[in-house]
Amino acid sequence: MKDSKDRKEAPDFELKDVNGKTVKLSDFRGKAVMVDFWATWCGPCQIEIPWFMDFERKYKDQGFVVIGVAMDDEGWPVVKPFIEQMKMNYRVVIGNDRTADMYGGIEALPTTVLIDRDGRIASTHVGLAGKQDFQDAIETLLQAPAAETRTAKLHFPSFRAN
Amino acid sequence: MKRGVTANVKVTATLSDGFHLNSHTPAEDFLIPLTLKWVAGPVEQGEVAYPKPQMVKVPFQEKPLSVLTGKFELVTPFKIPANASVGLVTVTGKLRYQACNDKSCFPPKTLDVKVPVEVQ
Repeated sequence: MKDSKDRKEAPDFELKDVNGKTVKLSDFRGKAVMVDFWATWCGPCQIEIPWFMDFERKYKDQGFVVIGVAMDDEGWPVVKPFIEQMKMNYRVVIGNDRTADMYGGIEALPTTVLIDRDGRIASTHVGLAGKQDFQDAIETLLQAPAAETRTAKLHFPSFRAN
Repeated sequence: MKRGVTANVKVTATLSDGFHLNSHTPAEDFLIPLTLKWVAGPVEQGEVAYPKPQMVKVPFQEKPLSVLTGKFELVTPFKIPANASVGLVTVTGKLRYQACNDKSCFPPKTLDVKVPVEVQ
């Protein structure tokens, strides 16, 4: 994972989920977010999806969110049955070339981007990774409070002192 | 090619080490098969003979996958009808494939295939 000072802001996107509801990345500011670029035809992606379902379950209440960005050209007709079959418990949206370009092109899948509570990219991993590696990274991100929270904590004592 | 004659046309592909393509008959329904589809024209095409796949175990799949690696050929018999016009004809087709390595997969691609045929 990148040092906090080296992280850049994650490009914002606004895409529809399976129910037609808009999912906007910046709406999750303050939470740690895993953005997983995947596709139904991608074998390695299918290995990771159950892990991400576990993470969503385990860390949801601590301020963690998974967003699956499906890159299937055929869109919902293939993605929706897949979501149902896998019983995916996290948000899935359909990505497009623009979304891919914003994240450097997404030449291979899976590509997994971890975003800190301040909306900055902490890591980008291309290809199948280890579940434990993801879990460690998520826990590290969750332990770090968002900048706003940090600022509030720093300012409060000085206010009292005056 | 002379009119009335059949000849085999070979489309050859070479994959870099560490990469594989799904064969024409992948082991799982969700995988995108290798296909070669010719556009109908003055040259008649027979059935495409796809290369024999290998059953390969990859880290991300429980069952072995039916894949192609290295160099392989797709062979299609082209037949010039006896009544075809003499001259140059370009036969076109679409080769669709989807490749992976042992950790990642790459978006499916469709390549244009063009075969110039001099009908005599």
